[in-house]
Amino acid sequence: MGNITLNQVTKSFGDVQVIPPLDLEINEGEFVVFVGPSGCGKSTLLRLIAGLEDVTSGNITIDGREATEVPPAKRGLAMVFQSYALYPHMSVRKNIAFPLKMAGMPQDQIDAKVNNAASVLNLADYIDRRPGQLSGGQRQRVAIGRAIVREPAAFLFDEPLSNLDASLRVNMRLEISELHNTLKTTMIYVTHDQVEAMTMADKIVVLQAGNIEQVGSPLDLYHSPQNTFVAGFIGSPNMNLFTGSEAQKHGAKTIGIRPEHVQVSKTEGMWKGRVGVAEHLGSDTFIHVHDTGLAEMVTVRISGDMQVKHNDTIYLSPDMEKMHKFDDNDQRI
Amino acid sequence: MARAITTKQKVSWTILAWAFGLLMFFPIMWTFLTSFKTEGAAIADPPVWFFFDWTLENYTAVQERSNYPKALMNSIIIAVGSTILGIIIAVPAAWAMAFVPGKRTKDVLMWMLSTKMLPAVGVLYPLVLLAKWLGVIDSRILLIVVLMLINLPIIVWMLYTYFKEIPGEILEAARMDGASLKSEIIHVLTPMAIPGIASTILLNIILAWNEAFWTILLTTVNAAPLTAFIASFSAPEGLFYAKLSAASMMAVAPILIMGWFSQKQLVRGLTFGAVK
Repeated sequence: MGNITLNQVTKSFGDVQVIPPLDLEINEGEFVVFVGPSGCGKSTLLRLIAGLEDVTSGNITIDGREATEVPPAKRGLAMVFQSYALYPHMSVRKNIAFPLKMAGMPQDQIDAKVNNAASVLNLADYIDRRPGQLSGGQRQRVAIGRAIVREPAAFLFDEPLSNLDASLRVNMRLEISELHNTLKTTMIYVTHDQVEAMTMADKIVVLQAGNIEQVGSPLDLYHSPQNTFVAGFIGSPNMNLFTGSEAQKHGAKTIGIRPEHVQVSKTEGMWKGRVGVAEHLGSDTFIHVHDTGLAEMVTVRISGDMQVKHNDTIYLSPDMEKMHKFDDNDQRI
Repeated sequence: MARAITTKQKVSWTILAWAFGLLMFFPIMWTFLTSFKTEGAAIADPPVWFFFDWTLENYTAVQERSNYPKALMNSIIIAVGSTILGIIIAVPAAWAMAFVPGKRTKDVLMWMLSTKMLPAVGVLYPLVLLAKWLGVIDSRILLIVVLMLINLPIIVWMLYTYFKEIPGEILEAARMDGASLKSEIIHVLTPMAIPGIASTILLNIILAWNEAFWTILLTTVNAAPLTAFIASFSAPEGLFYAKLSAASMMAVAPILIMGWFSQKQLVRGLTFGAVK
């Protein structure tokens, strides 16, 4: 269970088409991440799958059944919202029990399932509290608990970690990944954070202005981005993209090289430059190199052991094997 | 930072505030005092303030001459009935306007409010004819419906404002959790809007209780509420100020007491959402 197919789906708000015709296949048990900048239509796409928005044209099937006109309550999907969207007037127990109560499940079965979910998610101590008395991470767990008790065909996550602080976000990321390993249920996860996408996904869908730019595994996208948008979006720090004469030398309109694929030397290399800002992370250092003769600043990842200072002169040599080339239409050559 | 205030400023502002408060309260206080005077003392010139022979004779007289319990019962039934009916109609209406607004939602809301600007007397004639034709003149059900219609714009507007404060995502979560529209409104929306709904109910009971134009014009005997009860003392016996005052006090006392006990809820509801 948990096969979702989108066939020529479009969505317009008034005259504005936010999703041009789009096809997408989500397989059973996959962890699919929709990633893209703000306003790229990723949340809208998720809401179309959830049924919270109506498609303008095209159709959606869930497990082979036509679902385009099916109301959200009947699609068998569970959703975790960015704001958690817990019911503030209900205790944690009642929040988690709500979907089961709506399904008309007998009370003893509801109790058993709620207690089980609460212990899995470490919520047993807070079960009689109201959401207002919980921390952000606890609220997020309640929202997840409310989703898992239903045993849905698929989970939909709409930027669920955006409201958490950085360290908690990393923990919750792990917890969600572990949950996926345990439940093996299809999960669709929306985020603007490409690190979340890379670390969690089986399959990443990169969106821009409602268009799917590329679909693939995290390493596919990293190693062979199909166009300059994906090249620039996936990977942290961003890939260095150069246009102009340097690109023409390689027979391309644009060339790209990742910061980790540039050799740095203090004595010799292809491009000579001056160190601008150096960001020391401990294990790595990101240096931003100016005055290389290229139009763009170059970002380079070096080992944290190497000592560089502001205004040092250094030499850069890109690893030609790992260079990405793009044509006039920004497509991969 | 707290502002610096001199004692002199504090004293003068306090006196001013008290003076203003007493001015506002004076008519009610005067009615209260008059209701315990003899008819002679009530029209004495110069007026007597506190030093007169306090008497309960007006209250006894009023009760002997008219049927206070019946008028009280009518007022309660009409005020509560019209409010409940209004809430039943307004909750779904406000839900629709707040959560699935159409192109014309704002216009509809403004139009509803604009009906409050219409002079009531403008629809008096058609309404009386209609009521006569239906044979419901001087019935409680007519007043319940008329007062409900009069207050409906306010009920819808108040509920709309409260519902707007409720995050739409919570209702969407309910939908994802398998709630039907009915369950969504009963189990999620209404409990979250309880403070708002409560203050709407209280305010509308007060408005319906005090409504005098329609309640006096559309009733004679059977459905006459307290407003008509007071009016019956003012019209033919205009000079009997003490009895009129006693009748007024008896009419306003129940709602004053209710308002007193519920003022906390009222204030909370009226400022709902203003401070998070």
